[in-house]
Amino acid sequence: MSKKVAFIQGNEAGAYGALYAGCTFFGGYPITPSTEVAEVMSVELPKIGGKFIQMEDEIGAMAAVLGASLAGAKALTATSGPGLSLKQELIGYGCIAEIPCVIFNVMRGGPSTGMPTGPSQSDVMCAKWGTHGDHPAICLVPASVQETFEEVIRAFNLSEKYRTPVMIMPDEIIAHMRERVVFPEPGEIEVVPRKSPTVPAEQYKPYDISFGDVPPLASFGSGYKFHVTGLNKMQDGFPTTKADIVQAEEERQVRKVNANVDDIVTFEEYLLDDAEVAVVAYGSTSRSARYAVNIAREQGIKAGMFRIKTFWPFPDKQIKALAGKVKGIVIPEMNLGMCSLELERCAQGQVPVLGIFRVDGEPINPDQILEKIKEVK
Amino acid sequence: MSRYELRFSGAGGQGLITAGIIMAKAASIYEGKQAVQSQSYGPEARGGASKSEVIISDGPIDYPKVTQCDALLAMTQEAANKYSHDLKEGGVLLIDSDLVIDIPPGNFKTIAFPIINTAKNDVGREIVANIVALGAMVALTGQVSRENAEKAVLSSVPEAFIELNRKAFSVGFEKALAASA
Repeated sequence: MSKKVAFIQGNEAGAYGALYAGCTFFGGYPITPSTEVAEVMSVELPKIGGKFIQMEDEIGAMAAVLGASLAGAKALTATSGPGLSLKQELIGYGCIAEIPCVIFNVMRGGPSTGMPTGPSQSDVMCAKWGTHGDHPAICLVPASVQETFEEVIRAFNLSEKYRTPVMIMPDEIIAHMRERVVFPEPGEIEVVPRKSPTVPAEQYKPYDISFGDVPPLASFGSGYKFHVTGLNKMQDGFPTTKADIVQAEEERQVRKVNANVDDIVTFEEYLLDDAEVAVVAYGSTSRSARYAVNIAREQGIKAGMFRIKTFWPFPDKQIKALAGKVKGIVIPEMNLGMCSLELERCAQGQVPVLGIFRVDGEPINPDQILEKIKEVK
Repeated sequence: MSRYELRFSGAGGQGLITAGIIMAKAASIYEGKQAVQSQSYGPEARGGASKSEVIISDGPIDYPKVTQCDALLAMTQEAANKYSHDLKEGGVLLIDSDLVIDIPPGNFKTIAFPIINTAKNDVGREIVANIVALGAMVALTGQVSRENAEKAVLSSVPEAFIELNRKAFSVGFEKALAASA
């Protein structure tokens, strides 16, 4: 049997990816350029007995997602820049209370209302530092419509595996462009279920570290009762200010992700084996970069591309190794140098990092990248 | 490389994004090629500049936007002025002859007919002007067969409007052939 194909937008693919991953709840508030995610979920969720709620605003939407997840649902919200800013307090709540969920944020021009229909990549720092306090951060940056479908599934898997909110951030170009998607059959892509408690309800503690850094999470309504708070908490979920517990718990929450970077970090290497210039790129910009690298190769320049697929945790050791074998790194991005700073940190002064930064709502075109490749001596 | 680049440009509300989507769908789903469609528009629902870009290729498509345009549809004077400059030598420019009065100069083939008035008078509804234009673009570019393009049109419109759109597509296709002969 031939597989189902469709010619759809990145946003639509994201919604179908969520459904494939077993998402049964969407809480959102429509915002350009992410609205198509909500549109698809509003049509599809009722068909499978799921719930779609349009809340009064983005804050309410994020709260609904956390609540739904605690009741056992795989839950999704979709938003864009200004909405992401509003959700930040509750994203922090999700981090400390360790509630799995997926935030699909389409990057548009900012700050504030900025350029609702213009592409951008300026939310990547917000994915890590947007909510206050030390916390784990996972953020995926897909570069095609098919990849958006697949990476939303991975976002759900990671959120369940590490019991934490996960962000997926296509830029507006990826979110709104249309490409052919081939839908995998059920079972073809792994879907990670939530780790449920094996102990009886009366013995259950929501943060019982005897089960490791990621304790099982019971669903409200299943007979398990526990306390959930945004305060620093003990293993039973009740608040504490006891120094040794707070220190250990904070460290554990961050360690869940940071000790597992090899499981989480993904990337693509393109023509890097003999490369003297490495273009590091992500999202739609990586498509311009690939085009530029191909032209550079035709012109006899040894260029290659390192494509970041997982922005957080950042591919620190891969970039450090890359910087050790090329003469220079070129980073095109639709912001004023966010990834660039991370590259400089990882490159540790081994090679120059040349940026192309664009925030005018226009994509970075291959010519601009080619020009910069030629500046590397 | 077989990369072929099309741009559908004009004003918001003219249905140009839809026309681009159908062209790309025809190539990607029915013609067995690869295609990417993207768009840019302002925050307004109607009015303002609007464009839809389609890249068609036999192989994978990396950069999803137009670099050097092979075929341009301009449904406003502003769009004709703005986008004709990066039209390839020997490329195709299709304009609505009632709306684009100053024909931009260049080494490309310009085809002009009153697209919106054709929709109104020959097809019966102004609203299908985008499908008339699409039919013309299919005829002028030869990137997808007439048959596959028609399939893509008919699978993209509500059932009640299938005949209207079939006629719009056909009229546009024939008009373009006649105008370029």
